[in-house]
Amino acid sequence: MDAFISTYVWPGLIMVAQSLLLLVALLVFIAYILLADRKIWAAVQLRRGPNVVGPWGLFQSFADLLKFVFKEPVIPATANKVIFLLAPLVSVTLALATWAVVPLNNGWVIANINVGILYIFAISSLEVYGIIMGGWASNSKYPFLGALRSAAQMVSYEVSIGFVIVTVLLCVGSLNLTDIVMSQSDGLGTRLGLPASFLDWHWLALFPMFVIFFISALAETNRPPFDLPEAESELVAGFMVEYGSTPYMMFMLGEYAAICLMCALMTILFLGGWLPPVDVWFLNWVPGIIWFILKASFVFFMFAMVKAFVPRYRYDQLMRLGWKVFLPISLAMVVITAFVLKLMGTA
Amino acid sequence: MGLQALFFYIFAFVAVASAFMVIASRNPVYSVLFLILTFFNSAGLFLLTGAEFLAMILLVVYVGAVAVLFLFVVMMLDIDFAELRAGALEYAPVGALIGIILAIELVVVVGGSTLSPEIAANASMPIPPVAERQNTAALGDVLYTNYVYFFQIAGLVLLVAMIGAIVLTLRHKPHIKRQNISQQVARTPETAVEVVKVKPGQGI
Repeated sequence: MDAFISTYVWPGLIMVAQSLLLLVALLVFIAYILLADRKIWAAVQLRRGPNVVGPWGLFQSFADLLKFVFKEPVIPATANKVIFLLAPLVSVTLALATWAVVPLNNGWVIANINVGILYIFAISSLEVYGIIMGGWASNSKYPFLGALRSAAQMVSYEVSIGFVIVTVLLCVGSLNLTDIVMSQSDGLGTRLGLPASFLDWHWLALFPMFVIFFISALAETNRPPFDLPEAESELVAGFMVEYGSTPYMMFMLGEYAAICLMCALMTILFLGGWLPPVDVWFLNWVPGIIWFILKASFVFFMFAMVKAFVPRYRYDQLMRLGWKVFLPISLAMVVITAFVLKLMGTA
Repeated sequence: MGLQALFFYIFAFVAVASAFMVIASRNPVYSVLFLILTFFNSAGLFLLTGAEFLAMILLVVYVGAVAVLFLFVVMMLDIDFAELRAGALEYAPVGALIGIILAIELVVVVGGSTLSPEIAANASMPIPPVAERQNTAALGDVLYTNYVYFFQIAGLVLLVAMIGAIVLTLRHKPHIKRQNISQQVARTPETAVEVVKVKPGQGI
């Protein structure tokens, strides 16, 4: 019995506690990232943005949460009720499940698995189901069109995201996310004789891939300028037309959790994770989690700026960009990277 | 060990039950969703045996891409469910035959390796222990080092199939206006704008 408790009960309880801590931290972070999104958008358009609830509008997201929760959920009479309610659940569950393998600092990870990056890739490729199921179950035209668009869009951009990940993995030689970050402590900069710095991270050595990953991440998370599944000028609100109150909020939550994940993934793959930008004592003294949050927030700032000033793509242009531009470039970069690594003798 | 057995029975039970629901449910969309559940639980079973790479690839390829296209097609089709069910009994013998053949083959493989363990030892590529070599790397060894030519040939076959599909379906309609991006980008003020000096009172 003692063996059972020491092998299963205590590790299980610790894991549950860690998961809850990460979940709460993530939800609070999402609440503020939603606010930041609106504030940045407003600032670009010389507006004030939300500024009424709390000082500088800091509690706006929590007020929105209460508003959504206390509204009556309306289910259309002709909708498929089970799938209609399952869709937002699938969306939010999958988006949060990916965070189990994301390392926030050296050793700060709930599940440090060998195939971490594949796990993230697998789960984030499933996020399309929430959208398709929601669009189909609504049994109405605009949601269905939005669902079809998103299915084609997400499947297309996953291909180039996959190739970008492959190039990074070629440089690292491991699928473990912690290994990917640690491998960036030396790289291009140290090979040129410089001390360990931000020049070692993959963003410089693989700069074209960094750009492609950023744009594909926008398309994968249905962010503007690729928000065609919910293009309000064409499809009202796309796959979310029939949704209101809590189910709608869960779709939004899933979407922003996926966006945060993409920011974290860019930080891990290209921006050196929790490593300080320059290897000096006072920067090393700052905890890694601070660097991680700063870098992820920077990536999110870029996401928000793109939303604020890039107009929406036309659908055929979106498909052209994915299949005819990104796919050949990323495929060629896989070959080039493999050649360079072989010539340098590091592979 | 107890926990692992528990998980095995959960995954196996849900996988078998949802596989049954794939053929039993009346709505084809439900069938595809149950198929996805089956894939998920099979991935769980792969994880339990330590084949983590295969589990993730199963999710990426089958659930993330193939089943999305299934769902896509099934949702687009306007299917009469009653008509679909009508012919089910006619096809039952063929399905049963294929099922029986598959079952016998499985029994032969599993039975052979349990009755005489030396068969597994005689395999041309022995499986390295998990502690020694991660299964991602072991699969890479087999595919890209030991059997690289077969892998390349398989790739060529797929390439030919892909080109064949494109050639068969590609149609160039001559009278459709298309957007030529490189032409648009290459436009300059000289080729696009003409400056005309209009004399007062005359027009162009």
